[in-house]
Amino acid sequence: MSQTQSPAAGDDVLLSVRNLSKHFPTANGVVKAVEDVSFDVRRGHIVGIVGESGSGKTTAGRCILRLVEPSEGEAIFDGVDLFKLSQKALRAYRRRMQIIFQDPYSSLNPRMRVGDIIGEAIDTHRLAKGAARQARIAELLTRVGLSPEHARRYPHEFSGGQRQRIGIARALAVEPELIVADEPVSALDVSVQAQVLNLVQELQKELGLTMLFISHDLTVVEYLCDDIVVLYLGRVMEQGPAREVYANPRHPYTRALLSTAPIPDPTVRRERVILQGDIPSPLDPPSGCVFRTRCPFAIDACATTVPPRETVSPGHTVACIRQAELASLDIRKVSA
Amino acid sequence: MAAVLSAPSPSPLAETLPEDVVLRADDLHTHFIVGERAAKSVDGVTLTVRRGQTLAVVGESGSGKSVTSLSIMRLLAYPGRIVSGRILYRLRDGTVVDLASLPEKRMRAIRGKEIAMIFQEPMTSLNPLFTVGDQIMEMIRLHEPVSRQEARQRARRMLELVEIPAAEKRLDQYPHEMSGGMRQRVMIALALSCNPALLIADEPTTALDVTIQAQILDLMRRLQRDIGMSILFITHNLGVVAEIAHEVAVMYAGRVVEQAPVGALFARPRHPYTKGLLACIPNPERDRTADGKRLMLKPIPGNVPSVLALPPGCTYAPRCPLAEPRCEREAPGLVPAGPGHLSRCFRHELL
Repeated sequence: MSQTQSPAAGDDVLLSVRNLSKHFPTANGVVKAVEDVSFDVRRGHIVGIVGESGSGKTTAGRCILRLVEPSEGEAIFDGVDLFKLSQKALRAYRRRMQIIFQDPYSSLNPRMRVGDIIGEAIDTHRLAKGAARQARIAELLTRVGLSPEHARRYPHEFSGGQRQRIGIARALAVEPELIVADEPVSALDVSVQAQVLNLVQELQKELGLTMLFISHDLTVVEYLCDDIVVLYLGRVMEQGPAREVYANPRHPYTRALLSTAPIPDPTVRRERVILQGDIPSPLDPPSGCVFRTRCPFAIDACATTVPPRETVSPGHTVACIRQAELASLDIRKVSA
Repeated sequence: MAAVLSAPSPSPLAETLPEDVVLRADDLHTHFIVGERAAKSVDGVTLTVRRGQTLAVVGESGSGKSVTSLSIMRLLAYPGRIVSGRILYRLRDGTVVDLASLPEKRMRAIRGKEIAMIFQEPMTSLNPLFTVGDQIMEMIRLHEPVSRQEARQRARRMLELVEIPAAEKRLDQYPHEMSGGMRQRVMIALALSCNPALLIADEPTTALDVTIQAQILDLMRRLQRDIGMSILFITHNLGVVAEIAHEVAVMYAGRVVEQAPVGALFARPRHPYTKGLLACIPNPERDRTADGKRLMLKPIPGNVPSVLALPPGCTYAPRCPLAEPRCEREAPGLVPAGPGHLSRCFRHELL
C-alpha cells in the first residue's frame, strides 16, 4: 500500500509529501482522516487539493504545517523532513510556511487592532521593531489593497473580503515561501472572490510564492492551479497537472465530480454522472477502494484491492484498477 | 381553514395577473425600521413566477433575496415589515390574493398548503426532538383531517417520493441520525407533503457537497416535472442557476435589476451588474491564453452599498463602468430590453 512513488524530485520541488497519514482515535474507533497521501509542490507553483467534506483536505494541509501532528509519513521541505523536527527546530521553519484560513470572521482576534494582528507575526519572529515595524505593517496593508490607516481599526469594522486581505497580510508579514490557503475564497461573494483571487495571483507572481490551495470549488481550482490532487475519504484518487486532469479525468470519481460541478452556462449539455448515496463514514470506510460503494463501475475486485497508483501520462496518476479499460469510455462528453 | 380559502370572493386582482403567472411581486418594499433608521433590505422588488416553472433569484449577500422570500411567506421577524407594494398570488381555486395585505389567519392556511419553503440548513429547520415521521405527520394533519395512521402512510410515501431508501425505517429516525443530503430530502418531503403549488427554496444546496448537490437538483427537477409545481429558487451560485432555472431575476441592493429567460440572461445580460458578475466567475476558456497562461479576472470594483445608506439614483452606479451623471441622480425603472427580458438600466442598449 505504501509504494513510494519516485518523486519527480528535482531542485524545483519545495515540498514533497510522502505517505502522509493522520488517524484520529475516537470513542467509536479510529478515523483515518488522511491515508497514504503523497504529492510534490514545485517552487512557485500552485497545487490545488480538492475534495468534498471528509476528504481530509484540511487535515492534510494542517499536518504539513504541523498544526495537527501527523501519524505517519514525511513532509520534505527544502530538504528537511518537517515531521522529524523538534518543536524548537520547527519554529524557524514556521516562518517559511504560513496559512490563510477560510473564515475571515473567526480567524482574526476581534479584540486586537489590525496593526497588532499583523505586528504579532513580525514580533514572534523578531523581524522588526519600532518605526521599522510600523513601516512594515503599513507596507503590508498597502500591498494587499488596504490603507496604512486601517492598522488602527478592529476586524469588525471590515467586510469579509477586507478581512481576508488582512489574513493575507498577516501571512505575508514573515515573508514565507509556502502558503497553505484553506478555502480562502469560499466564504466570499463572487465579486469579492474575484478581487481576492487576483490579489493571490499578483502576490504569487511578485513574491514567487508557492501555494497549496485547498478548495471544494472545481472552477476556481481549474483556473488557479498548476497541479491538482483529488482526495476522497482521505485517499488520493487522482493527481496530476491541472490542465491534463481536467481535460482527461481518468478516475470515475474525478469524472463524476467534473460532470456535476455546476457551470454558469445553460447551453452546455453534458452527460451527468450523478453519484448515488452519501459519502461513507470515515469511521467505517469501505474495504479495498474507498470509492467503490458509490462508483458506477465497481466490480468485486474493487472490494478486495486497494488500487495502486498508476501513471497514465507524465505526472498524472490514477488510483483505480479499472482505469485502463475505462479510459476509452467517454463519460464526460461536453459539447456546446 | 379550507373553507376560508374556497370562500367565493370577488377578485378584482385576478385581472392584473396573467393566466400563466402564479406569483408576482410588484414594487415590493420591505424595511427594517429601528427608531429613525430604516434598513431598506427590499427596496422595490418586481418579479414574476410562472406556472410550473422555476424562477431563480440570484444575488450576493445583502441583495435582499432572502428577505424577499420571507416577505412572500410573511415570516418577517420584527422589526421587518412590508411597507409598500403587492404580492399577488393565484390560489389553486383561481382566486388572486395580495399576500402583502392578507390577514395572518388566512396566511396560515396558505403556508404549507399553497406555498411551502425549504431552507439552506436543514438541521436548523427540522426539530431535533421529534422523529422525521412525526414532523411530516404534523404538517399533514395540520392542513388535512386525516387519521394518524393515514398520515403515517402518506409520510412514508413522501419519503419514497424524495428517494430516501428504507423509508419505513427512516420515519422513526431523528434528524441527527441523517446526513446533510438526507436531511435536505426530508425537508423537501415535508414541504411537499401538502402538495403546494409553489415551493420557495432558499439556497437549498449551498451547504451540500457537489455530488450531493447534483442529487438534490436532479430530484427537484424530477419532482417539478412530475408534480408540476412552480419553484422560486434563491441562490448566489450562477452555475446552479444555469442548471435549474427557466427564468432568472438578478437582485442587487434590494432591487431586481434584471429578469429574463435563463438562456437570454447568460447569452446577453442586459444589466451591467449581471455582466460584471458573470465576468467574476473564473472560466478557463476565457481566462487562459491558448498556451495555458492565466489572465487576471475582472472583478467588480468596490463593495455592495449598505442598505442603511443606499446611494440616490441607480444603486449600482458607483461601481458601474457605464454610469453617466444621470445614473447618479435618477433611479431607472425596470424596462423591456428584449423578448421577456427586463432591465433596470438606462443604458442597457449599450450591452
